[in-house]
Amino acid sequence: MATALATIPAGSCPYIDGPAEVKDLKVVEDIPMGHKFALRPIDGEVIKYGEVIGVADRPIAPGEHVHVHNVKSRRGRGDLHKEGA
Amino acid sequence: MEFWGFPRPDGKIGTRNHLAVLSTVVCANEACLAIANEVKPSALLIHPHGCCQTPPDTRRVTETLINLGRNPNTGAVVVVSLGCESVNAGEVAEAIAASGKPVELVEIQALGGSRNAVAKGIEAGRKMLSGLEQQKRVRTGIENLLVGLKCGSSDAFSGLITNPTVGRAIDRLIDLKAGAVFGEITEKLGAEHIVGKRACCQQVRDRLLQATSYIEHEAVKMGMDMREGQPTPGNIKGGLTTIEEKSLGAIAKSGSREIAGFLEYGQQAPGPGLYVLDSPGREPEILTGLAAAGTQAIIFTTGMGAPQGHPLVPVIKVTANPRTHEYLQNHVDLFFTFEQGQDGFAAGAAALLDLLLEACSGKLTKAEEHDYAKFIGIYTKGPVL
Repeated sequence: MATALATIPAGSCPYIDGPAEVKDLKVVEDIPMGHKFALRPIDGEVIKYGEVIGVADRPIAPGEHVHVHNVKSRRGRGDLHKEGA
Repeated sequence: MEFWGFPRPDGKIGTRNHLAVLSTVVCANEACLAIANEVKPSALLIHPHGCCQTPPDTRRVTETLINLGRNPNTGAVVVVSLGCESVNAGEVAEAIAASGKPVELVEIQALGGSRNAVAKGIEAGRKMLSGLEQQKRVRTGIENLLVGLKCGSSDAFSGLITNPTVGRAIDRLIDLKAGAVFGEITEKLGAEHIVGKRACCQQVRDRLLQATSYIEHEAVKMGMDMREGQPTPGNIKGGLTTIEEKSLGAIAKSGSREIAGFLEYGQQAPGPGLYVLDSPGREPEILTGLAAAGTQAIIFTTGMGAPQGHPLVPVIKVTANPRTHEYLQNHVDLFFTFEQGQDGFAAGAAALLDLLLEACSGKLTKAEEHDYAKFIGIYTKGPVL
């Protein structure tokens, strides 16, 4: 996963400060400044700072926006812990 | 490393020399307001607490009020009480006076009503103010500084650049025997295993983990996902997806040094070193908790741009978000740029320490310049009764 330091338009290939195999990655949708996009396919745990920051609730392809629409938190989830549920 | 501050009778050093007008109860707020309107400059400390609360909350409010009065930046205090409230106003005034600074207690019911109380408060306040105006700053060492830490309206830049830069500066301060306090217990969710490892002992670690799990339990029992409450809509707009991501970025501002203790809300830090304060992330409550802990300056990192300061403590706003730096110049004191290939953290930390010493020696922060520093908040846990 990478973070966009400026807004990246869909279809462009930004400079990526990362491993060699992702240098030519094309983002498939607009990535607003400060938002994340996938460098590799993501399925399951989402890692940033070397730690788990959440779980992808569907497979995310390289170049896709990674955010609240496809990643869920594992903490403070009262919706998953309703009494009697 | 040195700064110029106001020496207090208890040996502490203020970075400001405020006359505080301190309310002991919501019912005395209007008298405080009337006094502060006539006695300028003064720091107005009003709040919705002080009565009809659970005994633990009354104790916590009492301690917070005492320690706001004892904050080194407070030079003198007019304490304003109604007279029948749960908070013991005499205890508040006496405990502040024990630190050696001038204190006057004004009680509305005992003085025949608010008009008389306001008149007495104005008279006492003006006298104290003329005393404060005679005091001069003296040069003092960095070991006399306790810095508060806070991030607000965070975004992706906060965790990646701003907070780690502040963390470098805090490591340096701790190594120089200064002190620092961070809090925002909600922003330990997902990062408590990292922060916990830095605790000096099992007791501090256990209390930190217990506080974190308490706040998560309080959120979970509402039966909803806490996202939108934390992280906030602004955090999400700024690119933060989950509380875990926000937390992992937030803890970076505390640096890497050992955590010497856990402070209950309203308590003073007992000495130099790094402390964690039991507090939520919301601005008025944590800034007031940091002030009660005895911090003389607060470093506040912001992503999307948070304007507020605090009536007693200068709040230095730093950001690495170029858009916030450009559009919110009224609110940002320092901008961290990050050029590729450079050790941007070290350069930013050095610039921050320079600004911190200037601010502690009297340079106004943006929040002070724009007078966006009028509100306090006290973090209570129980119901209003």
